[in-house]
Amino acid sequence: MTTFIELLLGGLSIGSVYALIALGFVVIFKATEVVNFAHASLLLAGGYVTAVLHDDIGFWPALGVGIAGAAVVGAGVEFFVMRRYRGSDHSVLAIVTIGVDIILVTELTRRMGTDVMALGDPWGDDVVTIGGVTLAETRIAAFLVAGLLITVFLLAFRFTSWGVSMRAAAENPQTAALMGIKLGRVSLSAWAVAGALAAVAALFLTVFPTPGLERATSLAALKAFPAAILGGLDSTTGALAGGLIVGVTESLATGYQSDLSFLGRGIGDLAPYLVMVIVLLVRPAGLFGTKELARV
Amino acid sequence: MATLEIRALSVGYGPVRALRDVSVDVPAGAITAVLGGNGAGKTTLLRAVSRTLGFHRGTGTGTIRFDGQALEGLGPAQVVAAGVVQVPEGRQVFARMTVADNLRAGALGARGGRKAVAAALTRVHELFPVLAQRAHQRAGLLSGGEQQMLAMGRALMAGPRLLLLDEPSLGLAPLMAQKIAETVQEINAAGTSVMLVEQNASIALRLATTAYVLDVGEVALEGPAGELAASDEVRRRYLGVVDETAAEDADRAGRAPRTLSRWSA
Repeated sequence: MTTFIELLLGGLSIGSVYALIALGFVVIFKATEVVNFAHASLLLAGGYVTAVLHDDIGFWPALGVGIAGAAVVGAGVEFFVMRRYRGSDHSVLAIVTIGVDIILVTELTRRMGTDVMALGDPWGDDVVTIGGVTLAETRIAAFLVAGLLITVFLLAFRFTSWGVSMRAAAENPQTAALMGIKLGRVSLSAWAVAGALAAVAALFLTVFPTPGLERATSLAALKAFPAAILGGLDSTTGALAGGLIVGVTESLATGYQSDLSFLGRGIGDLAPYLVMVIVLLVRPAGLFGTKELARV
Repeated sequence: MATLEIRALSVGYGPVRALRDVSVDVPAGAITAVLGGNGAGKTTLLRAVSRTLGFHRGTGTGTIRFDGQALEGLGPAQVVAAGVVQVPEGRQVFARMTVADNLRAGALGARGGRKAVAAALTRVHELFPVLAQRAHQRAGLLSGGEQQMLAMGRALMAGPRLLLLDEPSLGLAPLMAQKIAETVQEINAAGTSVMLVEQNASIALRLATTAYVLDVGEVALEGPAGELAASDEVRRRYLGVVDETAAEDADRAGRAPRTLSRWSA
């Protein structure tokens, strides 16, 4: 039972980090209808900046610069690349992001080499034990920070002018433009926000018990894709639910791997995709994907 | 003095010519109607003014000036800031957002500050009390007429000096169309110029002081609305009035083989 609770809590924590990544992914999709395959590279960029700077300027400033850096990279991708393709077919845009991803990841892995970089976080490998349940402090921090950021984001999305313009542009870009909403600014801010969220996620993907930032981190970030897709690509709620589902599934499947040995090793890595496929079979638009709501 | 001056405007979508050498004046403080059937180029004309042709890969030549300021070369947001706001055809409310958020979205392009927006909201609620009652409902759940009110209210939130209306009576019951028409008059009486694009010529000609008739991308007729309403051609083609000549036409049509001429073309 203790194991189960530990795995569940660990899964919720890593799931909330996936939710952060998926949220950025969904925001870009909603605002610009671009399926952003370069998302993992934004995450890698944010993590890299933090890893490089933390020795010199301390962890918190480095994290701040890393977040800002990822936001700038995101905005830069939008401004210098995606904007040139505005009005192109959605599949063209998606393929452009694959190209961007290859360039960014190649450059970042060239810089990183085979190093495993520490991000210099203050939690280290400390653990907290409550009633026999042991949790890493990093996991608790991840859950709290991700929860806070997601709450702030959802409130902003719902109540601020920025949120209104994002939602309006997502629903009907042309009409939003007729209302004087600047679509370029909307998509720029979507990319920047997505980058910033990804940089925070990078921190929590690379702290204990993971060894640190390395090439494979972008693969871990890829698990946010099934999260976003099974939640429904155009739903922020879906991104949250999807993230948590993927996190818990992965954690449980990995934890009980020995009991599932008939499925072979590595089922934990596979489980999120299995869940995604099963959900999509039942609900093709994802759990919270929009079905049209209109009176005809 | 004309508020909006459109001169020698030609617009094409790729190889398709939608407008050819169109000149239209929308005087300040008046309601100007643009009539025409499907495909006459009415919506294209509005898109050219609101600078949203780009969404449909349209390109145009000619000049469009609002109070002396050239609109061509501006973005849609700058046109709104200049005081020209379009209510799109088919209402296009943000269906998944609440009525209140729809109105907020309309105010995003406004130049005035918080106070101006609050004043605009009060005015919109006065004009359309139903929007205040349903403020927290999703816009997609409103009836067609209420959605048209919301679309107009949303445009008014930006405090326009010129309102572009694209087929406000489309798909509405006659009573509701009548109500919308009265509101257009009310908006105009409060000092906003209106450019009204309509297929429903009888409503449009009753509201407008001057009118233009577009036919296959060109201005076929123009003049005071009263004169146009009295002209045989407009009566026969757009008002469905059966006078003697029209009856003759129908008679001739009756002797022809019984095909639906509109469809067999």
